[in-house]
Amino acid sequence: MQGNCVIGEAAIRAGCRFYAGYPITPQNELTEYMAEHLRKTDGGVFIQSESEIAAINMIAGASAAGARSMTSSSSPGISLKQEGISSMAACELPGVIVNMMRGGPGLGNIRPSQGDYFQATRGGGHGDYRTIVLAPATGQELADLTMDAFDLADKYRTPVMILADGMMGQMMEPVVFRKPKPRQYPECYVLKGAGNGKSKFIRGLILDAIEMEEHNWKLARKYNLISQKETRCEIHEAKDAEMVIVAYGTAARVAKGAIRRLRSMGLKVGLFRPISLWPFPTRELRELSEHIKHFIVFEMSTGQMLDDVRLALQGFANIDFFGRPGGVVPTPAELSNVVSRRYPQKDAYVDRFLRFKVVEGPFGP
Amino acid sequence: MNVKTIFSGFGGQGVLMMGYSLAHGAMMHGFHVTYLPAYGAEMRGGTANCTISLGDEEIASPIASEPDYLVVMNAPSLYTFQNRLAKGGILFLNASIIEARPTRKDITFYAVPCAEMAEEVGNPRAANVVMMGAFLQKTGIIRPEIYLKSLETIMGSKKKTMPESNRKAFDAGFRFLESVNGGTGR
Repeated sequence: MQGNCVIGEAAIRAGCRFYAGYPITPQNELTEYMAEHLRKTDGGVFIQSESEIAAINMIAGASAAGARSMTSSSSPGISLKQEGISSMAACELPGVIVNMMRGGPGLGNIRPSQGDYFQATRGGGHGDYRTIVLAPATGQELADLTMDAFDLADKYRTPVMILADGMMGQMMEPVVFRKPKPRQYPECYVLKGAGNGKSKFIRGLILDAIEMEEHNWKLARKYNLISQKETRCEIHEAKDAEMVIVAYGTAARVAKGAIRRLRSMGLKVGLFRPISLWPFPTRELRELSEHIKHFIVFEMSTGQMLDDVRLALQGFANIDFFGRPGGVVPTPAELSNVVSRRYPQKDAYVDRFLRFKVVEGPFGP
Repeated sequence: MNVKTIFSGFGGQGVLMMGYSLAHGAMMHGFHVTYLPAYGAEMRGGTANCTISLGDEEIASPIASEPDYLVVMNAPSLYTFQNRLAKGGILFLNASIIEARPTRKDITFYAVPCAEMAEEVGNPRAANVVMMGAFLQKTGIIRPEIYLKSLETIMGSKKKTMPESNRKAFDAGFRFLESVNGGTGR
């Protein structure tokens, strides 16, 4: 199944009953899938909105009314949605936002890229808030993390972002959908008519500074809790590694291919793959640095997650960087060349032709 | 085992369908598989290509640095991809419209006039299926029956005669390379 469709199917199975979106490559298949399949569900509503801004505000509304809701877009469209995401964070409304990143800044291009890391993990919109950001790297993870995203959004009453890129959206892989967990959420906030009870009110505008401060601290305590409990990562081939590549999403797939090549050359290289980008798996990475002293961050950007790795390692290990921004997806061969050239040398004398397989160019090695 | 294949040609030649049907067949066989299309603002007559990675362990990278097999349906694809092919790799080319031949000496290639062959079996639009027959004859990645079943599944039942006509086209390609030895570059 194609990545975009996997997200759609997983969302519907997880109980998503409201989707609003506006077309943009490379995530159109998701909108198309929701258009076709949401109407077949019990009470599902699909809206092709007049703009990205309208879409995010529609899901905020549907969420306030108690529906599991989702919107999706790609980089430029996600920028437009930031005001709405900030508002949802302020009002503590759950919701899932999918970003299939493409080359930027500006309109950029439609090729896969990872340039929206800062925007996604730093909140993106204005104000003192965070969004949970999950970065899938396989078709199976697209399905599992989409279901998890809805659960996390409900659990913490906060918007959750799925951060993937054009390649994840377009690629097809076999997927097994797991049985979704039954929905658990505090219904107390849902606006569905007061009946005989007290009237309810959801708002993001709090004019009193002291009251706003208290709200900010309440959100901050929630974000701290999330940072402690919801970090996720994958550690691959790192037991005996001399050097570890840190990469997420598509870049991590390229890195795994590169590691296979590097291992066949005798270079001990592993992978650290953050799955939750916010909260960043700081603790796990720091633990890894107790016995590994060389890290290379690999991103399809000019270096954004690099900052989080630096913050996590705090100078306790060497950090190198390699990136290809703009929609270029490097091959595993390219990455393995870069890594092999920067691999830590232990002995004073190393015969490079023995140690490293040099890829032959047109004019010899 | 871990095998990577790139299919490339004009949009409209059914290049993505070749890759998709192979990926589906591989999935039905029980392989791990990824299908990665080169997407973009592309159209009929433009270029299209896709990469299929399959194997009996998890696919690390869906991108092919050095594909093991290469199927080119037009001349620009031959020029673009022939140097990417791994040493000892196999190249299949659409001899109906490609006059050039690969120059590399470390690969094997098969020239299949798939457009003419498709016309012979009465289905000129099935040149890609002819090529798939030839491809599976020499690579043997999955059994022809599994492939044809997958092809039938993904083509749906637009026309009742479609599976039969595809089977004929496939067989033509499969038999064509039965007793042919591959060439190498000169």
